[in-house]
Amino acid sequence: MQHDDVIWDIIGNTQFCSFKVKTKSQNFCRNEYNITGLCNRSSCPLANSQYATIREEKGQCFLYMKVIERAAFPARMWEKVKLSKNYEKALEQIDENLIYWPRFIRHKCKQRFTKITQYLIRMRKLVLKRQRKLVPLSRKVETRERRKEEKALIAAQLDNAIEKELLERLKQGTYGDIYNFPVHAFDRALEQQDQESESEEEEEEEDDDEDVGQREFVAEEEVEESDLSDFEDMNKLRTSSDEEEQDESSEEEDEEEMEVQTKASRSKGKSPANGSAARKKRAYVEIEYEQETEPASKSRAT
Amino acid sequence: MKAWRGAVCSGDAVEEKKMVKSELAVAFPPTFSVSEIKNKQRRHFMFMKLKQEKRKQKMQLRKKRRKEREALGDKAPPKEVPKTIENQRVYDETTVDPEDEEIAFDEGTDEFSAYFNGLTNPKVLITTSDRPRGRTVRFCEQLATVIPNAHVYYRRGLALKRIIPQCVARNFTYLMVINEDRQVPNGMVLCHLPNGPTAHFKVSSVRLRKEMKRRGKNPTEHYPEVILNNFTTRLGHTIGRLFAALFPQEPHFVGRQVATFHNQRDFIFFRFHRYIFKNEKKVGIQELGPRFTLKLRSLQKGTFDSKYGEYEWVMKRHEMEACRRKFQL
Repeated sequence: MQHDDVIWDIIGNTQFCSFKVKTKSQNFCRNEYNITGLCNRSSCPLANSQYATIREEKGQCFLYMKVIERAAFPARMWEKVKLSKNYEKALEQIDENLIYWPRFIRHKCKQRFTKITQYLIRMRKLVLKRQRKLVPLSRKVETRERRKEEKALIAAQLDNAIEKELLERLKQGTYGDIYNFPVHAFDRALEQQDQESESEEEEEEEDDDEDVGQREFVAEEEVEESDLSDFEDMNKLRTSSDEEEQDESSEEEDEEEMEVQTKASRSKGKSPANGSAARKKRAYVEIEYEQETEPASKSRAT
Repeated sequence: MKAWRGAVCSGDAVEEKKMVKSELAVAFPPTFSVSEIKNKQRRHFMFMKLKQEKRKQKMQLRKKRRKEREALGDKAPPKEVPKTIENQRVYDETTVDPEDEEIAFDEGTDEFSAYFNGLTNPKVLITTSDRPRGRTVRFCEQLATVIPNAHVYYRRGLALKRIIPQCVARNFTYLMVINEDRQVPNGMVLCHLPNGPTAHFKVSSVRLRKEMKRRGKNPTEHYPEVILNNFTTRLGHTIGRLFAALFPQEPHFVGRQVATFHNQRDFIFFRFHRYIFKNEKKVGIQELGPRFTLKLRSLQKGTFDSKYGEYEWVMKRHEMEACRRKFQL
């Protein structure tokens, strides 16, 4: 015979209950058949001979009822009833199974059943939304990559690379007329070029009376397109220096000024990587943009 | 060594060792290796001796070589270049030759040709993964100042596949999603919009503007120039074009701002600087703006579709990272 009061006396207040969890404000019951989860005289599944719970398994809800006649066989003590998936029908099932049972248990069973159905609905909704995929990081791999990144950063020498690239662009004339000083550099570069070409010519021929500027034109015809940009630059800046020295006729000046302007308008911006002005032997992508005024200037040069 | 008890023994050992060495030059006795000595002190001592001798030999060799070089004067052979990883890089058959016609043709007709022919203007949408925290949010804001015509939108738990058609409808050219883990940005998905490729990067070493030392004032609204360094292979070329198409075609040189994507050993370093030409040989740069490193993880044709998308390239660590001198970009 089950003496509920005696049992509750023992496990409820005075002695030990292994399912009880004590916190500062409240006592909880860890028994899986407990209907409310609190440790109370009316919610304790051990201290009540007439007891029922709702439990769910894999999305299916069952009503468990305690049959006290089998208290000696705990494995067969609980009877379960499968509840229908329809919420109202399930509530009616609970009512008809727990008819004549105490109001408290009926009420709490229905409350628990409601909560369970609600969280099942939420689970099903979440699955439909975006799932977050957790990718585990391997610590070894991460440290290795971090080290590689540091080494790569040191090898990259970013500041130098950027400065070099900017100076190259300045030399190439992508900035057009914004900056004033490039003249001297190009003068020097030109003179160097001229000396080289002069020495070459001396070895082959002996005609040196041609003007350096005109020799530039001849060289332009022979040179491949990829080197064209450099020579055109040289030409433009050579003439700009010549303007200062006032050696050219005004017509030529005008022509070359036009060239300068078209060249400037052409070089502002970027041209496609397959453009004819792409330089060779560059290890990176140079994207330049060409406008259609270029052929006009070329024809004028030749 | 003087205070050491076994001084006599060590002396013997040293002599033995010298004899053994000279024998080694002649025949093949079992080699006497330092690691076989059980006594730690003695082993350490032997090892130090070994190192000293090696160093001495190296110095002698060096001196000899230097004397020879000076003796020869002009006719000396050129100095040997030290081996670096970049020097020893395994030749990649997909390296782009700048004059390759096939590549030129491909690039004339790929997804970026519209941009490079000047038909579209870049418009970037920056967003994050769900519930971004402070650092990521600030990072996105700073990115939006660096990239002209960029807008930051809060994610609100929307699915990317549903965002993409809306973006296309509003003429966005790029979708950038910054993924966050533990309050720090760690991944980026860069999707070129009208059906363009999607690249997934790992983001590391994010430095926000206020953490930068000696930085300049905030970036202005001028369009920056773009520098792309070291994108040599076909894959690198595609990625380079992907980055280039983020920025408008006509940079404002007045603004003197430059955004750099530098690829080194498959790490892409992003920097944003303001430059000034002091004279024709010197340029000063001042870093503004955020900096971060990217490492490409996958490149997928078509817009973002992780399940059914066609992946053009995926990082497979065991195959690709096995050789230290082989790089993909």
